Amino acid sequence: MSLIKVVNLCKIYDNEGVKTAALCGVSFNIEKGEFVSIMGPSGSGKSTLMHILGLLDRPSDGKYYLDGEDTSTLSDNQLARLRNKKIGFVFQAFNLLPRTTVFENVELPLVYDRQSNAGNRSRVMKALRSVGLENRAEYFSNQLSGGEKQRVAIARALVNDPEVIFADEPTGNLDSKTGVQVMEIFEALNRHGHTIILVTHETVTASYANRIIKILDGKIVSDRAVSEKKRQLAERRKRIK
Amino acid sequence: MRVILDPIKISFHNLNSSKFRSFLTMLGIIIGVGSVIIVMSLGSSAQGLVLNQVKTLGSNLIGILPGGAEEKGPPAAALGITITTLKYQDYEALIDKKKVPNLTSVAATVTGTALVKSASETKQENYYGTTASLADIQKFELAEGRFLLPQEDTNLARSVVLGSTAAGDLFPNTDPLGKDIIIKDQVFKVVGVLKKKGSSGFTNVDDLIYLPLFTAQKALLGINYLNSVSAKVDADENVDRAMEDIRATLREQHNITNPIDDDFTVRSTAQALSVLTNITNVLKYFLAGIAAISLVVGGVGIMNIMLVSVRQRIWEIGLRQAVGARKSDIILQFLIESVFVTFSGGSVGIILGGLISFLAAAIIKHLGYDWQFSLPAQSIMLAASIAILIGLIFGMYPARKAGRVSPMEALRYE
Repeated sequence: MSLIKVVNLCKIYDNEGVKTAALCGVSFNIEKGEFVSIMGPSGSGKSTLMHILGLLDRPSDGKYYLDGEDTSTLSDNQLARLRNKKIGFVFQAFNLLPRTTVFENVELPLVYDRQSNAGNRSRVMKALRSVGLENRAEYFSNQLSGGEKQRVAIARALVNDPEVIFADEPTGNLDSKTGVQVMEIFEALNRHGHTIILVTHETVTASYANRIIKILDGKIVSDRAVSEKKRQLAERRKRIK
Repeated sequence: MRVILDPIKISFHNLNSSKFRSFLTMLGIIIGVGSVIIVMSLGSSAQGLVLNQVKTLGSNLIGILPGGAEEKGPPAAALGITITTLKYQDYEALIDKKKVPNLTSVAATVTGTALVKSASETKQENYYGTTASLADIQKFELAEGRFLLPQEDTNLARSVVLGSTAAGDLFPNTDPLGKDIIIKDQVFKVVGVLKKKGSSGFTNVDDLIYLPLFTAQKALLGINYLNSVSAKVDADENVDRAMEDIRATLREQHNITNPIDDDFTVRSTAQALSVLTNITNVLKYFLAGIAAISLVVGGVGIMNIMLVSVRQRIWEIGLRQAVGARKSDIILQFLIESVFVTFSGGSVGIILGGLISFLAAAIIKHLGYDWQFSLPAQSIMLAASIAILIGLIFGMYPARKAGRVSPMEALRYE
């Protein structure tokens, strides 16, 4: 059973009677443990696809099975619960709460999981350790550098031990050096078994994945594995930079 | 629990980080709650003042006024209308122990105003023409001399007793006892001066001068009726029976068979207390209601700020939804935030209002009134609940707006 299975996914926006298809007839499977990049220029529909896969938006047509469950029949509250339990998000703008400590930012998904908060501390610290920021727990989010902020955001995405992590242009607001550091964290997480879906328009960033799905005008134009050789080439190119 | 505690913490952070703006936001609520508290506090102090004055008279007094009245409403005579149905014969009947056995004293009174001249002064004074028994009912104490004598009630004696203030007015530098005063070209001899007593009810007994009943009726006013009769009952528990006896006696005197035709009104101080309490309560809550209008203005301010806040933090709403917050969590968060703001403002308002009332009480007391600072717990509870209610009402719309934000739209918003 695939972790993610989409069949004939469509998303049509109705803007005052003018209908635009952001996605049309998209079908693919993603297995547990994969590292997939979704690529395409802006306006291609890649963000729409990520929002649907991340259960932030509903498709106009087609089916989306997450972990074998048909998501089209779920209520808003059930979707919120799935986002809380099975999905982690990392955004381009980090989206950390200001005037709030690193610890509290990472803890946020646990606040909404409606269970005892007894184990929160160890789970938050474990997530922070996996991004190398366990000594920053009591810092306020605005005291951190951009790279550190994004690592906190990754820790927040990890804290609920989700089935899949979505990263939307995670290096878009970072310089290339910290961008590389952040991508290396994703790479390491993937090595430890996390499924990662990366949305980007940068070829270099996309090349960290094992598989790249290219989207143009709401349709998949290519879906292929990244060969080991190509990957190494890309990495060498980055080091030279 | 965290879903409730965290919004409180967030609101506190938000309020704390921009103190001046928070102050402006809360100002409407602070002023509104503060004025409600001030009105309630001053109102209950004033109520205490009035009621205490009536209570010092004793709860075993009965007043009889001419003219009928609805049970709850004031008698016509109290509204300044002259009614002539109460006569000296009625007073004589009430003195009769066989008719009303429980009365220990009965006093008949007429009232008037006249220019009064002493050797050095000329003053406009209010006077009572009354019977000697009034001293017992009103618990008069004499500073010097004597009060009117029972035989003076009807013998047209030209004796006069002065209240302490009236005595000071007419004889600023001399001892009034034995001196003459002139009222309407008639000479009266001062036979006594009362000790200072302070106002009781709505009249200040210190301001008055007291003349024998017939003297005032016939020599000064030229009337044959009474303005009021007051009576003292031997014990509190006999007040109701005495009132019934009085009514029966007066009906017999006036040949009335149907109580609806009563041309007199019998009231006890206990009734007067409850009437006064009702009137002052209505006044107090009416004023508090007016003060509460400013709370609505404050509430609109809160709504405005909350709407701005929802817009500014739309990405935060999106983020929270992305990590698993339900719509109801978002609505709850913004509601708690607005209630936190109004509750904080309300608390400041309660403290501020309490302080101002306390200061006002201190000043009024300093001016010589028997004014007790009073801040009833129920008015604090009322003000706090109103503040919370305002937060709920005016926070609801912004909170629902926040709840309707689609997570995707919110995250796209930069």
